Amino acid sequence: MNFKLKIWRQANPKTPGKLVEYEVRDISPNTSFLEMLDILNETLVKAGKEPIAFDSDCREGICGTCSLTVNGEPHGPDHPGAVCELYMRKFRDGAAIIVEPFRVGSFPLVKDLVIDRRALDRIVQAGGFISARAGSAPEANSILVPKHDADLAMEAAACIGCGACAAACPNGSAMLFAAAKVSHLSFLPQGHPERDSRVLRMVSVMDAEGFGNCTNTYECEAVCPAEISASFIAKLNREYTRAAMQRSAGE
Amino acid sequence: MIGRFDAKIPPGPLDQKWRNHLDHSRLVSPHNRRKFEIIVVGSGLAGGSAAATLGELGYRVKCFCFQDSPRRAHSIAAQGGINAAKNYQNDGDSVYRLFYDTIKGGDFRSREANVYRLAEISNNIIDQCVAQGVPFAREYGGLLANRSFGGAQVSRTFYARGQTGQQLLLGCYQALCRQIAAGTVQMFPQTEMLDVVLVNGHAKGIVTRSLYSGKIERHAADAVVLATGGYGNVFYLSTNARGCNVTATYRAYKRGALFANPAFTQIHPTCIPVSGDYQSKLTLMSESLRNDGRVWVPKRKEDRDRAPREIPETDRDYYLERKYPSYGNLSPRDISSRAAKEVCDEGRGVGPGGRGVYLDFADAIKRLGEHTIRERYGNLFEVYEKITGEDAYKMPMRIYPAVHYTMGGLWVDYDLMSNVPGLFVIGEANFSDHGANRLGASALMQGLADGYFVLPNTLPNYLAGQMGKRPSSDCPEFREVEVGVRARIEKLLNINGSRSVDSFHRELGLLLWDLCGMSRHEKGLREALKKIPELRTEFWHEVRVPGNGDDFNQSLERAGRVADFLEFAELMCIDALERDESAGAHFREEHQTADGEALRDDENHAAVFAWEFQGDGQPPKLYREPLNFETVHLTQRSYK
Repeated sequence: MNFKLKIWRQANPKTPGKLVEYEVRDISPNTSFLEMLDILNETLVKAGKEPIAFDSDCREGICGTCSLTVNGEPHGPDHPGAVCELYMRKFRDGAAIIVEPFRVGSFPLVKDLVIDRRALDRIVQAGGFISARAGSAPEANSILVPKHDADLAMEAAACIGCGACAAACPNGSAMLFAAAKVSHLSFLPQGHPERDSRVLRMVSVMDAEGFGNCTNTYECEAVCPAEISASFIAKLNREYTRAAMQRSAGE
Repeated sequence: MIGRFDAKIPPGPLDQKWRNHLDHSRLVSPHNRRKFEIIVVGSGLAGGSAAATLGELGYRVKCFCFQDSPRRAHSIAAQGGINAAKNYQNDGDSVYRLFYDTIKGGDFRSREANVYRLAEISNNIIDQCVAQGVPFAREYGGLLANRSFGGAQVSRTFYARGQTGQQLLLGCYQALCRQIAAGTVQMFPQTEMLDVVLVNGHAKGIVTRSLYSGKIERHAADAVVLATGGYGNVFYLSTNARGCNVTATYRAYKRGALFANPAFTQIHPTCIPVSGDYQSKLTLMSESLRNDGRVWVPKRKEDRDRAPREIPETDRDYYLERKYPSYGNLSPRDISSRAAKEVCDEGRGVGPGGRGVYLDFADAIKRLGEHTIRERYGNLFEVYEKITGEDAYKMPMRIYPAVHYTMGGLWVDYDLMSNVPGLFVIGEANFSDHGANRLGASALMQGLADGYFVLPNTLPNYLAGQMGKRPSSDCPEFREVEVGVRARIEKLLNINGSRSVDSFHRELGLLLWDLCGMSRHEKGLREALKKIPELRTEFWHEVRVPGNGDDFNQSLERAGRVADFLEFAELMCIDALERDESAGAHFREEHQTADGEALRDDENHAAVFAWEFQGDGQPPKLYREPLNFETVHLTQRSYK
């Protein structure tokens, strides 16, 4: 298969970037999208040019490192799945493909298609955890968790932290990301002691990092490689309201 | 040699060694802990849990990872589960049985004392993970669920769908985040360790490069902990993430740390077969699939291109069930992998190139219904469909073995300290617990055991004598190492040859897969030992690394890693040649039983092989640590 690519090139955050055209030929339909970029990079190196910088690591959709916008969609057209799980057989032969980084104000660009997503780590650092010192945990089966709750917690916990939700959102909101963590921990009895402070602090850091608000466009859910449901955002809102009211009532 | 080559196994009966050791270990009091700085390199299950736990204890920790977030360490990709001897299923499990299964699974090439401790601690890990909110699978009554894994006849594996590694890693990432917020841990993402610094024979710091800015930095500490994972990517194609590399442990080896059993590399039996030479990695299909999937190939060569559903039952060879009736499809990884290779070598392999076997769920779907199978393995079936375009509910999966895990690693004593004082090595990066073959669901167990429970209790044994001995990162030893690091980067950038870094890596991988892969023989290994130095020489003349050093430069990152792989590969083949026996995953064709099983030589090789660097171009020096089995009786491994 042959493709006409337009790829975002930008040497560093200070210089302006632009879309540059490339062509790739004789690509097997079983090649993954990132392998197609590997092949292109190989030819660029051979020609003495600088290869295109893009992030990836596990290449099986779980580490959340890859972060490309393909034809305007974070992770490309094959949902659900990260762009490392996208295969060229999903495109028609000769197709023109535009490749850009995730575009979010809170994810500054590093180079070409690589972005800095440390803002997401800072949201978790604000309270996305259960304080449990190694050595003081009770016997595991002394904590009963109804299967339904455990399943819901797992569904939320499946988030891979890629940031596609924020990239797809017209408001650049990271609500789905924050909601997944808040929901995961609040569905479990172990998460209850820190339930209020967790949601209040995470939301406040999320705002401070410059992420926008949710206006229910559901774009996040549509592109999420881990199929996190937007209904968790409703859960986040409930958790937040509950905590805020308890705080204001002085409890 | 730097330091001592002494395993320091505590005295006493096996089941009391760890307790006794804790009773007599040295301590650092709470008000003194903040005076110590600890460097942890790596943020996977071992590094992340160690950094979080040490921070919580009150030490000042600096944690480094090359990924853009500690949550992306490769532990995240582990699928199937984590073992523990809870015996929640009432099926006869115990600490001793988990210990014995692990020793036997490792083909009697690991230390009894270390493995017993691992089995003991396994139960604490499950408690710890549940307390921090890991959403393990549960029964309707709210209790924890279990499943079976290879090499065991009990159900002792805890799991979170097919994403157990992800959930365990997020548990320790969150604990780490809590410490980062508390200020006890300083996190350095996108930062790669390029060398370790020794001062007066003790590991006292590292030199790093920021991958974003290219900035080289010196970091001094009271102790250095390496949790940098395995070296499976030396084969280029493996189930490891693209970034996994040997650089940290290999640099430590070049500074005097012993490298143990580098030839022990695990080939996982159930991966999606290679489909083309552009492929960048191989994807694992969790071993848990073998709970319900049946492995087979056609009995006759002529049937190998027939549609699998058209091949009648009588013309199929369920070779694992046939050869190993009591463990069947859940035979250990090394045995299952070799059996797959054997049937493919006979010409009965399926799929393109004849390098594949079927993993068939038809019987399980008939027995349990598609719904149940979907619930158990849905995400794995989806991954399979994405990669191959085939629906495994309708036709069997095709699988083939691929490089997955490395049992070898830096040599450590019972305290997980290498022979270099102050240099600790945990998780997959050390050699200690899995012998010549690791059982499924044991890597997660070891990583977390080391990080949450072993290291925090053994590190003070070293630190207690080191108060006030942390050097300045301005001292000559640090400067000298930094000069070396900078010179190497300059050298790589100035070769300006004509070949890409990846092309060398791919060539090295193919060479190793052929000559030091699933089976090895003397002639092949000698050939590899001739070819690797040639390839290395070509690399240093012909590689092209575009860009410069003070910038984000992915080609440069990879070039440094591949340069280390090109040296390390030689050590691996030397070890494979020296170990003139078959043991677990190390299968020397010269040493096999009449029915093709690995044949150990306990008299001469019941030992850890630990290698010391003697200088570039010099053969390494071998030290043997004899393995003394006081409790278990060495037997020919049988899974029949």
